[in-house]
Amino acid sequence: MADAADNPSPTGDNRPALALHVPEPRSRPGDPVNFSDVDIPEAGAQPRPDEGAKPEDMKDLAYGLVRVLGDDNKAHGPWDPKLDPETLRTMLGHMALTRAFDERMFRGQRQGKTSFYMKCTGEEATSISAAMALASDDMVFPSYRQQGILIARGYPLIEMINQIYSNKGDKLKGRQLPIMYSSREHSFFSISGNLATQTPQAVGWAMASAIKGDSRIAATWVGEGSTAEGDFHSACTFATVYNAPVILNVINNQWAISSFSGFAGSERTTFAARALGYGLAGLRVDGNDALACFAAQQWAANRARANQGPTLIEYFTYRAEGHSTSDDPSGYRSAQEREEWPLGDPVMRLKNHLIAIGEWDEERQEKMDLEAAELVKKTTKEAEKNGILGHGLHHPFHTMFEDVFEELPWHLKEQAEQATRERKIKWPDSHPKDGAGK
Amino acid sequence: MSAETQTADPVAETTERRINMIEAINEALDIMLERDDDVIVMGEDVGYFGGVFRCTAGLQEKHGKTRVFDTPISECGIIGVAVGMGAYGLRPVPEIQFADYIYPGLDQLISEAARLRYRSATEYIAPMTVRSPFGGGIFGGQTHSQSPESIFTHVSGLKTVIPSTPYDAKGLLISCIEDNDPVIFFEPKRIYNGPFSGFYDKPVEPWKKHKDSVVPEGYYKIPLGKARTVQEGEALTVLAYGTMVHVAEAVCREKGVYADILDLRTLVPLDIEAIEQSVRKTGRCLIVHEATRTSGFGAELSALVTERCFYHLEAPVERVTGFDTPYPHSLEWAYFPGPVRIGEAIDKILKD
Repeated sequence: MADAADNPSPTGDNRPALALHVPEPRSRPGDPVNFSDVDIPEAGAQPRPDEGAKPEDMKDLAYGLVRVLGDDNKAHGPWDPKLDPETLRTMLGHMALTRAFDERMFRGQRQGKTSFYMKCTGEEATSISAAMALASDDMVFPSYRQQGILIARGYPLIEMINQIYSNKGDKLKGRQLPIMYSSREHSFFSISGNLATQTPQAVGWAMASAIKGDSRIAATWVGEGSTAEGDFHSACTFATVYNAPVILNVINNQWAISSFSGFAGSERTTFAARALGYGLAGLRVDGNDALACFAAQQWAANRARANQGPTLIEYFTYRAEGHSTSDDPSGYRSAQEREEWPLGDPVMRLKNHLIAIGEWDEERQEKMDLEAAELVKKTTKEAEKNGILGHGLHHPFHTMFEDVFEELPWHLKEQAEQATRERKIKWPDSHPKDGAGK
Repeated sequence: MSAETQTADPVAETTERRINMIEAINEALDIMLERDDDVIVMGEDVGYFGGVFRCTAGLQEKHGKTRVFDTPISECGIIGVAVGMGAYGLRPVPEIQFADYIYPGLDQLISEAARLRYRSATEYIAPMTVRSPFGGGIFGGQTHSQSPESIFTHVSGLKTVIPSTPYDAKGLLISCIEDNDPVIFFEPKRIYNGPFSGFYDKPVEPWKKHKDSVVPEGYYKIPLGKARTVQEGEALTVLAYGTMVHVAEAVCREKGVYADILDLRTLVPLDIEAIEQSVRKTGRCLIVHEATRTSGFGAELSALVTERCFYHLEAPVERVTGFDTPYPHSLEWAYFPGPVRIGEAIDKILKD
């Protein structure tokens, strides 16, 4: 923070002139990258306190980095969740499928099949491994980059694609921007475009579960950029005040669109350390280490379930791709960042771990990746029978007016009639009931 | 007439129980806490203390701390956790201490509560009732007097309800709590203790002298979306809600004008049928609200009346509102849409 102000103030007094500090990322397009200032401790070196530990007694974990997978691809230390190989292979399978899905949907957007898409490349462990540590009926309040949770919970791929294509199969009736999924059946809360709003909602859900003497807990995911929103502060405050059984997951992927994490406050502290001021347990985790992600979420889930209180977990990771299909990261960051990111790739690291313990090999990996790609391709073709965006196979017009309220009030009835009239003028030959447009 | 007409019998001597609006609201909450285990009352100072206006007095002691509790001073948090509670299956009744302080919770109300049913295609709903004291006439200055109802009526997916009597306050609040849509329930704090005529230099009457303070003890509901005919008349239609119902009534009485006065009670969904029937009968329409004029709810009412009753109108629709300024402290009675402003508008409407 060396924006020293040596000059005298232009206002004429004898005090030094003040200077505004504006954060600047490590590198811009064309610059070489240097991640040497990123402190990466040895895997296994971090203590694992009891789940009932007091936040003030585990400060180091909020500033450190919980890691399990070492450079030798073996699991180390007390945070090793000691998962059986079958579970690890399942985890890897979810990651492979999520990555294949992202690739295909990104391409679908470029081909004009939908308006928008967002990948989670490089962050798969922060949703998949974390979600696998929860019970399937624990309620999750995700942001838009946790499609891995749906995949880990077995949500049908075709439903995801139908939603992305806003077609007649779309459960959300084409009302939502692509990727703003919702599945009550999978305890997956409806995604909103408004950032961080889900965080106090997750706390409220957890409070409700506690009010009713239920055993289910809530978990929410938010990007590091969105932690700057007031809602996040509300969430942390309410979570601690009521000892809500909730896990606040912060995905620190270094970038909020074009703004590096310094604009969310990362220059002087960690996001996990924010927890301490609220009296929350804070864990900072290698977000590309699937075992560490699982272990941290499991620790926090055990803590919440035992009425020991909420936890804030920062997953230190890297957004490997652009923010969305509308974004070009070459406009604001060095292209080398992704390759030089010191925590590597979560899928590769888990794969290498399975190979290192003799439970996997390259051939099986290749087969898995191929099968994932084939499954996505096949399901995409299936979904396309329900239509793609703008090709007419959408929900009937009147559905636009439904569900604003439980019952249609008079003014919406009138507007629905107007839409029907307009439709007849625009497409006089179409069938009135199919809503196909043309 | 789709509006509910109540018999206008100014009972002088009665054995019937009479309560004020605060007690009516308290009873509605008490009854709903009793009837439905999923009802939760929360907000700043609502728990142990019973609320700065006493609306929640005694409820925590009776129903327990996990049903009625104090919250941190965070309107965003209060509304946000209420959305989450609704998603779980509870029926939260959060309180915002003054409507002037609802703004930090607007994103949660507009972007979340109002749209949750729509965006999730009914997978999740927000069956919450946000109670908040609103309106001026109490020397509340800029931040204890505002009437922000038009911010909410403009939001698709929210219902906005404003009672003007103890009887209505209880019956409407019970309906709101049972309603599966998010409702903004604005309580006109000027008339918590007694109806206000707008003649601020005259002594204020307590509710116990008003017919609408006879409130049944048990459970009853007043349907949302139905206006109340305060009085029937032929001279003109007055559309009002909250405190202004009583002010308009007093001015008409003072002037000897026989107006058809409609208390709208619910702004969204609006009782358009009652409005159309009345204006078609009288041919003249006066709209009264405390809120500032430009883009206020009166503009919507005026447009609707003009669109739907144009050929029945014998005079332009008039709006009497607060001025387009922040709510002042010392000049309160110059700001408040009181008898002089209403009287002038009535004269203008009736002049030919």
